Amino acid sequence: MNVDITNAEAAGITLDGVDKVYRGGVKAVSGVDLTIDPGEFMVLVGPSGCGKSTLLRMIAGLEEVTAGRVHIGDTDVTNKLPQQRDVAMVFQSYALYPRMSVRRNMEFGLRMRGTKAAERKARAAEVAETLGLAHLLERRPAALSGGQRQRVAMGRAIVRRPKVFLMDEPLSNLDAKLRVSMRAELSRLHQRLGVTTVYVTHDQIEAMTLGQRVAVLRDGVLQQCDTPANLFHKPVNLFVAAFIGSPGMNFVSARVEGGRVGFGGLSIPVPEGRTLADGEVILGVRPTGITLPGEGRPALTAVPEVIEDLGDERHVVFPVAAPRVDTDATRAAVDAESADDVLLPDDHARFTVKLPIDVPVTLGEPLELAINPARLHFFDPATGAAL
Amino acid sequence: MSAATLDDTTVPKGQTPRKGHGRIRSRWAPYVTVLKYALLLFFLVFFLMPVYALVVTSLKDPAEVGVDTVWNLPSTLSFDSFATVWPKLQDGLVNSLMLAIPASLISSLLGAANGFVLSKWRFPGADFVFPLILFGMFIPYQSVLIPMTETMSFLGLKGGLDGLILVHIIYGLPLTTLIFRSYFAGISDEIVEAAEVDGAGMLRTFFHVALPVAPPAFAVAIIWQFTSAWNDFLFGAVLTTNRAYWPVTIALNNIAGGQAVPFNEAMASALIACLPTLLVYILLGRFFMRGLMAGALKG
Repeated sequence: MNVDITNAEAAGITLDGVDKVYRGGVKAVSGVDLTIDPGEFMVLVGPSGCGKSTLLRMIAGLEEVTAGRVHIGDTDVTNKLPQQRDVAMVFQSYALYPRMSVRRNMEFGLRMRGTKAAERKARAAEVAETLGLAHLLERRPAALSGGQRQRVAMGRAIVRRPKVFLMDEPLSNLDAKLRVSMRAELSRLHQRLGVTTVYVTHDQIEAMTLGQRVAVLRDGVLQQCDTPANLFHKPVNLFVAAFIGSPGMNFVSARVEGGRVGFGGLSIPVPEGRTLADGEVILGVRPTGITLPGEGRPALTAVPEVIEDLGDERHVVFPVAAPRVDTDATRAAVDAESADDVLLPDDHARFTVKLPIDVPVTLGEPLELAINPARLHFFDPATGAAL
Repeated sequence: MSAATLDDTTVPKGQTPRKGHGRIRSRWAPYVTVLKYALLLFFLVFFLMPVYALVVTSLKDPAEVGVDTVWNLPSTLSFDSFATVWPKLQDGLVNSLMLAIPASLISSLLGAANGFVLSKWRFPGADFVFPLILFGMFIPYQSVLIPMTETMSFLGLKGGLDGLILVHIIYGLPLTTLIFRSYFAGISDEIVEAAEVDGAGMLRTFFHVALPVAPPAFAVAIIWQFTSAWNDFLFGAVLTTNRAYWPVTIALNNIAGGQAVPFNEAMASALIACLPTLLVYILLGRFFMRGLMAGALKG
């Protein structure tokens, strides 16, 4: 069955200096400028409390905008009610209507907009077919599994053919396996429907896999909005660098002097085409930026402290004889992943490196590695901005 | 309170406390259990005594009734007392039904609307309005009696059932508002927001989304409102001037308060008069069940 459930008119979204100040003076979102293209899949990501959900709810109209303007398409919707914005939202809790069957849940939005019964029925049937819910139409939400409920929530949004889909962590209540398959399904669905989608998540992997562009937020401020590749390779500041990537970027306090950067007895030439003023910097390198020894790459001797065997690759953690970087930005980024809060015996930095599984590694046995100079990142220790 | 909840701190019969279970049992525990049950039984009997007297007396043959034989079981079952009082109560019963049914339904529905708006469709000043409504619960009947009758006669509503219904609806609102506000507060905000995004305004969200999940709250509110409207004597006595509109409580008072009324007739009328509230409780009690929200959220 190949019915038309695509949306004719995808609309872009423009946020123009949007602020949200809650009563009591808590500033949840400040000065966000963001342009989302028609048909784009935009992910808002950041640690909890960064304002990403608030921003989404302001697009939906569920939260008042304190200052700034919100446009959907060419319409200024800043002061419009959610009902008047032609957006559909998928909630984290799914928020299905408990006393209605799956069919009536999906038809509700159409019914409220005065769509005729016959068309409602046809559209609900189409969407149910696409989502594999056709045999469940007469059931109540209580009789569905978590994954099925999630699909119903999705179907309820799709059936409306809205200008914009808004999704607030829709996959976070599914178990890990189902989440991965629903992620792929979401991507396919977006390709097929072509509806502008704004998707909120705290999970940077979900953000990177789903988003055509990803907007990283911290404390209500937009840090960087770019393609996943650019976020990964060209983070604009320490926070974005630390937040994106798993395992996270390795940081160490280093010193630039005469075209070379040094830390822990190592001295690496500043990569070609980069000019750095002499002084303290924070040096960052991704776990994949450290490799097995190669030609022309500065060598590094690592004594493995922790070895994590993942089957097809190995994560090796080793200490570096230079001070650890512990700033607000790196801490905020790591808190989101709620990990890495390990008690370390000293204040030396720890590097993580990804190695192929066939490289033999033994705890405590020195291992020769090399740093890829092209993969180095430099940050200003005072501001955290990329240099 | 059920015996089971009291019992769960003690060891089940025939079992010794398991090691490592965390609690040390006193060797007096079994005696304490026996004592608890004895105490419960005592209070049970104590509280059921009047009910026993009521039922037994109403079923006795008029000749058998007397102060010294109150605790005796009837020698033969007789429904004569019921037959005697029925004609005197009939009109009152009908009036009370005509009063209590609309009063409890309308009061509950309005309370549901209030509760919904105060918990899920907040407006500026809601935190001020709610305590104000709640305050109505603490105003004693007697203190409003005179202004109320004045108002009702000014409105031309004194004397009949309509005025009495109105008074009961208004007097019920604080409590029904409280019941529904608490009930709706327990419902996820996201469901209301989903309806909003889906295009439903306040009224349609109320009718399509909130009301369908509210039967448990309706059961509580209706039982309470029905009972209090049914049992009310004061408002009925003041506001109904014509005996044609007397609710059953006043009819009952006239039977029991008359000169040398036989006990059996008083008891039979009391039993008849209290049956509808019991019936409402039994019929609506099953809506107390939880689980109407099942499946709405992640689960």
